[in-house]
Amino acid sequence: MTAEAKADRVTCLVDPANKEVRKMQQQETSTVISLQGIVKRFYIGKPNELEILHGIDLDIQQGEFVSIVGESGSGKSTLMNIIGALDRPTEGGYCLAGEETAEFGDKKLSEIRNREIGFVFQTYNLIPRTSALANVELPLLYAGVPRKERRERAKELLELVGMKDRMDHMPDELSGGQKQRTAIARAMANDPAIILADEPTGALDSETGRTIMDLFHKLHREQGKTIVLITHSKELAEETQRIVTLRDGRIIGEKGGSLSC
Amino acid sequence: MLILENVRMAVGSLRANKMRALLTMLGIIIGIGAVIAIMTVSSSLTKSISDSFQEMGANNITVGVKQSTEQQQTTAQGMKFGTSGKTAEMDEDDLITDEMLEELRKQYSDQIDAIALSESVGSGTLESGDTSANVTVTGINAEYFESSQITLLAGRKIKKKDLTGKKKVIMVTDKVVENLFDGNNEKALTAKVSMNLDGSYTDYYIVGVYKYEQGSNFSDSSDEDVTTAAYIPLTTAKQQLHSDEGYSQFTVVTSTTVESVSSFASQIETFFAPYYRGNDDYEISTSTMESMTESMTEMVQTVSVAIAFIAGISLLVGGIGVMNIMLVSVTERTREIGTRKALGAKNSYIRLQFIIESMLLCLIGGCLGICVGLLLGSIAASILGYAATAPIGAIILAVCFSMVIGVFFGYYPANKAAKLNPIEALRYE
Repeated sequence: MTAEAKADRVTCLVDPANKEVRKMQQQETSTVISLQGIVKRFYIGKPNELEILHGIDLDIQQGEFVSIVGESGSGKSTLMNIIGALDRPTEGGYCLAGEETAEFGDKKLSEIRNREIGFVFQTYNLIPRTSALANVELPLLYAGVPRKERRERAKELLELVGMKDRMDHMPDELSGGQKQRTAIARAMANDPAIILADEPTGALDSETGRTIMDLFHKLHREQGKTIVLITHSKELAEETQRIVTLRDGRIIGEKGGSLSC
Repeated sequence: MLILENVRMAVGSLRANKMRALLTMLGIIIGIGAVIAIMTVSSSLTKSISDSFQEMGANNITVGVKQSTEQQQTTAQGMKFGTSGKTAEMDEDDLITDEMLEELRKQYSDQIDAIALSESVGSGTLESGDTSANVTVTGINAEYFESSQITLLAGRKIKKKDLTGKKKVIMVTDKVVENLFDGNNEKALTAKVSMNLDGSYTDYYIVGVYKYEQGSNFSDSSDEDVTTAAYIPLTTAKQQLHSDEGYSQFTVVTSTTVESVSSFASQIETFFAPYYRGNDDYEISTSTMESMTESMTEMVQTVSVAIAFIAGISLLVGGIGVMNIMLVSVTERTREIGTRKALGAKNSYIRLQFIIESMLLCLIGGCLGICVGLLLGSIAASILGYAATAPIGAIILAVCFSMVIGVFFGYYPANKAAKLNPIEALRYE
């Protein structure tokens, strides 16, 4: 770990975005995601070594609705994987909800994904042959929430996304929009620090995509959720508070936002 | 709780592919079924052997005088040794005396329920008017029927009084009554019969009629001329034989408090050892039903375990089938695994999920196999003419073993699933 990264870690510890505090004081900004000099290389030590991200610095505040845009191949998927704790950066520090994650093992990363991140995928990725309700319950199951509580929470969430009357349906009995709404409910299950949406409207027609975007806006507005939207669509990005543009593994532009640091 | 959730999930995923699950189970069903079928036949056979020996008296110890030279009779004949051909060579000194028996009875009064004595008189005929019946005549004491069970149909057994009075009374089978008195027991009990032994006639009164049991004395003669056993008081027999010697053999009926009949048998041998110390030709030997039953059931079990082991090889094949399908299942569900990981499933959880699925597959297969095996085994046992007995031990073992197969052959695919890189798994098409 570099000295710089170590210093970041200290900042992380000094700024432990306590969940309870965060919920109560939604207006007060605190850093949820802090990326410091993130470098990601693949095939390390091999002749075809490839550097995808060349040092990304990015801070995202609690309650922000941020979009990350970029052409395909710009490194946004890789960045999303790192933000989503699915992958570890080769260099640099990543501080999520007050915890420095770069050095975490698989098990700890699983816990981080479970508690702090809600994934929404382009292809919904609902577990097949499992009812909408059971799908929403899944992150709660992994978190060790008792059955009864799980059920109640999942029902609440499905109601929130307008899927109450469809909760016993299997994924293949749902339309694309319904699937994505279920997926959003699932992402919200453990009340994560951020919702990470990867092209959530990419597989939907524009009308349905609109309702999904409205749902994100609603969650942002009413629940004060921090949402990171990854998209290649400039139009969708324009709707968000802040746009981070990525090209060739570097941040080339930022628009809007309330960067306080 | 996690296990329960996993079982629920596994049931769901097996139900989604019913046909595939059933075909995969088939290997396990056949393997377990074959083993259970063989074990069912074996345990039925063992049960019927031990039952028939039990009937003949599992608590009995047959004690006999045996030649200590090479000419000794084989113990395979068990209880019969010493009864024939003994008179020629055996001296009065070689035989067991009443005093010895009295001493034995005194020393082991707690362990001995009865001492059954018998003396073979010989084969002959019982005659009444111009009808006759073949019998082998045995002189017995009052305790004799403690060692071998009979079903008394009419009258009474030989009593102590008969022995002390050296009465000329006889117990015969219903076969004899059938031949001599047209099956009329009442008539038989009041009748006098004439016993013909090597041309010498003696008159006896029938006091008891008991049921003749086919096969109980291993004889297979035809129904009409069947030779049945007739019993007279021992003292009367001695008188008939003009002998006042001891006994060449007797049967000890041990009390139920004796834990090991065979170890008590060796105690009896030790008891008699001093009496025969100076005797070069003869010694006392014992045999028990227990030891005979043991050696026979052991043999049956050894053979069946060997066959079952061969049948068990098909289980290995079944297990490989399970592994194959689990690998297919893992590949098919790569994306699902990736999603689960993204939602926070730990590697260990994914592993558990697939192991439980494979265990459940094998367990259901195992249970179906047990049903099939029991069915086949009972059919086979009934064809062979034995009452079917469920091999409880083998069933429990089969259930455990099928789960072990599930874990063993499920581990590799499950581990493969657990080790999947979530990013690649999510991208998998």
